[in-house]
Amino acid sequence: MSEYQMNEKHAGMALDRGVQGVLGQPISRIDGLAKVTGTATYGLEHRIDNLAYGVAITAPIGKGRVTAIDTEAARRMPGVIDIIAGEASIPRETPVFGQKSAHGYDGKVESYGEIVGVAIADCFEAARAAAMAVVVTCVAEPGRFDIRDGEADAESPPEGALLPDTVIGDIDKAMGEAEVTLDVTYTTPPQVHAAMEPHGTIASWEGDRLTIRAPVQIVGGAIPVIAATLGIVAENIRVLTPYIGGGFGGKTMSADIILAAVAAKRTGRTVKVPLSRQQIFHVTYGRSDTIQRVRLGADRAGKLSAVGQDSLVGQKAGASQFFEPVALGAVALYAGANRSFTTRTAQVNLTARGPVRAPGEAVGMIGMECAMDEMAAKLGLDPIAFRKANEPEVDPSTGSPFSSRRLIECYDEGARRFGWADRRKRREGDWLIGHGMATASRVNFLAKSAARVRLGADGRALIETDMTDLGTGTYTILAQVAGESLGLPIGSVDVHLGDSDFPTGAGSGGSFGAASSASSVALACEDVVVELARRMGADPADMTLKDGHAISGNRRVSLAELVGGSPIEGMGTIQPGSTGQAFSQSTHGAHFAEIGVNAVTGEIRVRRMLAVFDCGRVLNHKTARSQAIGGMIWGIGYALHEHAVVDTRTGAYVNRDLAEYHVPTNADVPQIEAYFVEEIDRHANPVGAKGLGEAGISGAAAVVANAIHDACGVRVRDFPITADKLLEGLPPV
Amino acid sequence: MRFTINGRSYELDPDIRTSLLDLLREHLDLTGSKKGCDHGQCGACTILVNGRRINSCLTLAVMHQDDDITTIEGIGTPENPHPMQQAFVRHDGYQCGYCTPGQICSAVGMLDEVAKGWPSHVTADLGAVELDEAEISERMSGNLCRCSAYPGIVDAIGDVAGAKP
Repeated sequence: MSEYQMNEKHAGMALDRGVQGVLGQPISRIDGLAKVTGTATYGLEHRIDNLAYGVAITAPIGKGRVTAIDTEAARRMPGVIDIIAGEASIPRETPVFGQKSAHGYDGKVESYGEIVGVAIADCFEAARAAAMAVVVTCVAEPGRFDIRDGEADAESPPEGALLPDTVIGDIDKAMGEAEVTLDVTYTTPPQVHAAMEPHGTIASWEGDRLTIRAPVQIVGGAIPVIAATLGIVAENIRVLTPYIGGGFGGKTMSADIILAAVAAKRTGRTVKVPLSRQQIFHVTYGRSDTIQRVRLGADRAGKLSAVGQDSLVGQKAGASQFFEPVALGAVALYAGANRSFTTRTAQVNLTARGPVRAPGEAVGMIGMECAMDEMAAKLGLDPIAFRKANEPEVDPSTGSPFSSRRLIECYDEGARRFGWADRRKRREGDWLIGHGMATASRVNFLAKSAARVRLGADGRALIETDMTDLGTGTYTILAQVAGESLGLPIGSVDVHLGDSDFPTGAGSGGSFGAASSASSVALACEDVVVELARRMGADPADMTLKDGHAISGNRRVSLAELVGGSPIEGMGTIQPGSTGQAFSQSTHGAHFAEIGVNAVTGEIRVRRMLAVFDCGRVLNHKTARSQAIGGMIWGIGYALHEHAVVDTRTGAYVNRDLAEYHVPTNADVPQIEAYFVEEIDRHANPVGAKGLGEAGISGAAAVVANAIHDACGVRVRDFPITADKLLEGLPPV
Repeated sequence: MRFTINGRSYELDPDIRTSLLDLLREHLDLTGSKKGCDHGQCGACTILVNGRRINSCLTLAVMHQDDDITTIEGIGTPENPHPMQQAFVRHDGYQCGYCTPGQICSAVGMLDEVAKGWPSHVTADLGAVELDEAEISERMSGNLCRCSAYPGIVDAIGDVAGAKP
């Protein structure tokens, strides 16, 4: 068993000595054929006979009390097995990250569309009809349906928050004394994950044992919440989640898991509960809207003396202590002696707010990076030169050294590839064409993760961990790590994920999944290599593993032969340690974009988009590029499309489907480029990779906004930037 | 009722409320077709009916007596994948894979539309459709991909179709 805690940088291991040449290679996903042929099995697709179906019943108010739930008509409908409603076992909504259990029904409603029951029937159609036939009578009360309603008694970050308030020096005084200042407010709207696979669960009981088949990003995190909510022991819960149709932070837990478990227990059937797309908007969490005051003060040369980003966000009353950590990306980004990065959380009657891809940076870097662009213009400086002038030596908020930071190279490499120096603002027919840049920064985490690697008599390696693959490429990168460590071609490695019977992995979230789980697999391989070396009679460091053979001295022996009748098993566990505090760790990057704005209609077209990221070691260039590009396209959505519109009379989202909540489509997106500046970050984790799943979105909306401003001269500070917000500032037709 | 799905004939008596998508997924274990929105807004359920791409969630099963239905399972298998399926793997035209069967069915149907000379919103010359990136993007915009693998999807389809970059 190889366990390593990151209290100092890792010295290197078999992975680093590997000569198989598979790590980092742009290998196609090993689960690819399953996905393209429709044979990959997602949560609701496990084949189980004699299923019953459950459909959630919800309350049609945003704040108030349920006074009656009439199930009589529904119960008489054909195919209906049972209606469970108005009972404490019914979860009102999805528990948010940090919440220990789901809130049970108690007659109160604190946000629109809370669950009050479930209709169970022999087929989906009957369950849906029955759920619709249940009459839920409510008394509505006045609620807080806008974060400004909760501004007066908004709360400061709780003890131990991911982003505590950081106040250094005196920003008010520094702003008063600075030669050039900017004090602006940016706002971003509520947003949702909109993963293509809807939430849904198949639950079955065998005695006291519960099996859950559902998309779950972090299995080890969800099980205690399921156990606490249902009042059962965690050991009696098995979660199976081999394929997940996108998560983006939205599948850490879901109300349907509880609903299906309750329905299955009551009816003695295996019950499938799919949430409808509309229900997902209201009973799972989303991202808070934000109001960000950004302050910058500098001398005429562009040296910052004041940097601030102070925000108001919202959270559903009583939901969780989680809040959108708006300044997470900016807090360590630019030098400046006087600093203020604070967050106030308003308690509101809106759907709970939880992690959505890059909590903090995704929206916080809109305010900071647009403001930096505004400030560069005020100073008459090139935006890259302005940023370089304020590049800190150490983390400017904590004084800690950076584990790795190659942001300057990202600027230079990006500028070179984009042709930044030769950019030309121009008009082509009706199209106003402009360019922009913005910085990306996303904090890097490590999470505890364990994996088992077994080398079998057939010379094949099997990896087992409850780590998940949301489309992130986990299956493939773990095979690459084991292949490199053990000298195996990628086809000789099998990867089994998403089963809670396996060792507990980090799960997928916060961009920690790849580095954490890859480290656990690399550590497990250490065990295997030590045993192989023993059987070879060699020192592990003097043994070469390649193409399924061990080579030492003048001997070359196949791994199958070395294994013989005794399979070799390794267990690897990585634990976060003091390097997490001793070093400031982030993935960095530089975005560039060319945008066209139609001078007549205000239509916005992204013409070119390119970014360069410093993300430590790249584990697979093909999947890494896809993740980076995917994040960048989310940035296009955040800049131009996404806005979950709240009806401030009821607290309901008015655009609660995929036709009205606009995400980028194929035609909104050009052929995007993403590149990497690689470095093995030994302070971050044993494999030296930094998070990439969220870095792409950080600053990506800002680059679009900055290029729009360059193109047409209109600076929009209220996101998303839609054509109507540009029209007034466009040149006369 | 009689349905022909992926060349195989089925005798079924579906609930009149059952969508074609739910018939496939819940009654025939053909779960390759995905439910993303159930409202014809995301394209994850795209299949081919008599050679044309449709959103299978927007049509009732009982409307398809004797129709020739092709789902992703009928396009190709892991053992014998269609060139479009291979291209999606090669170009990483997916991440989570949930929208992918719909994207691939849509792409196959779309190339047939191009071959027939059907113009799109971005076609410059209505008499001569030339498949380029803009045409592919436009014609594939009924299939959402939240992982945002659009650049890979366009590359994959362009590769199969021999499109101009």
